[in-house]
Amino acid sequence: MNELYLAKSPAIAARTLGDEAIIMSTVDSTLFSLNPTGTVIWDAADGKTPVSRILEEKVCAEFDVSFEQAAADAKEFIDKLAGHGILLVSDQPIPEKEAS
Amino acid sequence: MSLLEEMNQKATALGIPLSAHLDITWRCNERCVHCYLDHDAPGEMSTAEIKDVLRQLAENGTFFLSISGGEPLLRRDCFEILEYARALRFNVKLKTNAVMIGPKEAVRLKELGIEQIQISIYSHRPEIHDAITKLPGSLRRSLDAIRRMKTYGLKVSISNVMMRHNYSDSKSVQELAKELGVEFHIDPTITPKLNGDRSILSLGISDNELREVFRTEEFVGNVDEFCTPGAPPDDSVLDGYSCSAGHTLIYISPFGDVYPCVQFPMPCGNVLKQSLREIWQGSSALTELRSVHVRDLPTCSSCSHVSSCSRCPGLAYMEGNMRGPSTADCAKSEARMGFDGKKTPMPAKPSQVLVQIQLAPMQMHAH
Repeated sequence: MNELYLAKSPAIAARTLGDEAIIMSTVDSTLFSLNPTGTVIWDAADGKTPVSRILEEKVCAEFDVSFEQAAADAKEFIDKLAGHGILLVSDQPIPEKEAS
Repeated sequence: MSLLEEMNQKATALGIPLSAHLDITWRCNERCVHCYLDHDAPGEMSTAEIKDVLRQLAENGTFFLSISGGEPLLRRDCFEILEYARALRFNVKLKTNAVMIGPKEAVRLKELGIEQIQISIYSHRPEIHDAITKLPGSLRRSLDAIRRMKTYGLKVSISNVMMRHNYSDSKSVQELAKELGVEFHIDPTITPKLNGDRSILSLGISDNELREVFRTEEFVGNVDEFCTPGAPPDDSVLDGYSCSAGHTLIYISPFGDVYPCVQFPMPCGNVLKQSLREIWQGSSALTELRSVHVRDLPTCSSCSHVSSCSRCPGLAYMEGNMRGPSTADCAKSEARMGFDGKKTPMPAKPSQVLVQIQLAPMQMHAH
């Protein structure tokens, strides 16, 4: 995949309970619960770190998964969260003021 | 099991104060006849102290934050506090009478992503509402603010505390809420003042009126379902707790005092003297509270209503024994279910899903 950058939308409430993140959209009150792998990607979504590095250094390092498999799972995950507007996705680093 | 219930279960297992109620002031521009607070108590926390409390709550895992009072907007730093809370990614609910919310304030609340604004409306008639708040013009100002906030797309909820003086107006307030397009909740319980004064309890509705409330479909939804006693208690009930107070819920007063809940004034510590973590994990009062399972309640554990009763340990505490029954909840339970026990099915177990999404917020009709 092309290089992508992720940042958390400001229009959310979020907290990590143990190894799982809970997120609520302040726009429509939709509630999300992420599994541990999703939570690792979520926690690393700082607008500066490319997705490939997150997968390599966080996901593949912490879970028994190949880069290819992690990339495929991540794409679906990112599309879903971006579709609900709680994750900002760009092919450029995302400035802090646009994210939370 | 809903995602919210799963979150609560997880927070209980991990010992996380998932929900916090923070009163940033007890001062108020209204003087509601049933209010349980002392509006003149001195020693409110400073802006920096409140921000530090919020930071500690976030560090300890709090997600749901109710900011309340008194009237929170009486603090000049109210929006600074709200902004800080949202920067820490809390899900923020604001409890206010809204009389100070003009266009500028409504826009700011929307920009900040406040989850919900909760406002008490006692009657659709100014002469009743204003007599309860003792602030002339308060109904008009609160309703103007609600309309304004709806215009800006804010989620608003009307809470209707039922008392002898306004009981007959509740259905009209519910109609008003429908017209305004906002949520509506009833609250038929008057609680003692936090200093123990029980004189205001006489303002509450009678047992017969309570029974009528619980037989009113508009208030409780399916009456048969609402008024059917739960199944005889099994181990999951007896090993459980009466409510989330002190387990996943924490209350912090404007002076830094920590209680399990605003209705449970059992001193657990003060955040100006100890860290929140020290209090949450080390308070002997909280440790004792958490040791009390339903099966340890000398009277309630053998009551036929134990599975479905909304027993409040805080109200029981204010009656002198947190392990005892609370008069108000016994009355509510009797008004709701009498003593005729039917069986209700146990909920199904949850399935394992990697990413779960819950589209609509949970909604309760009666407290």
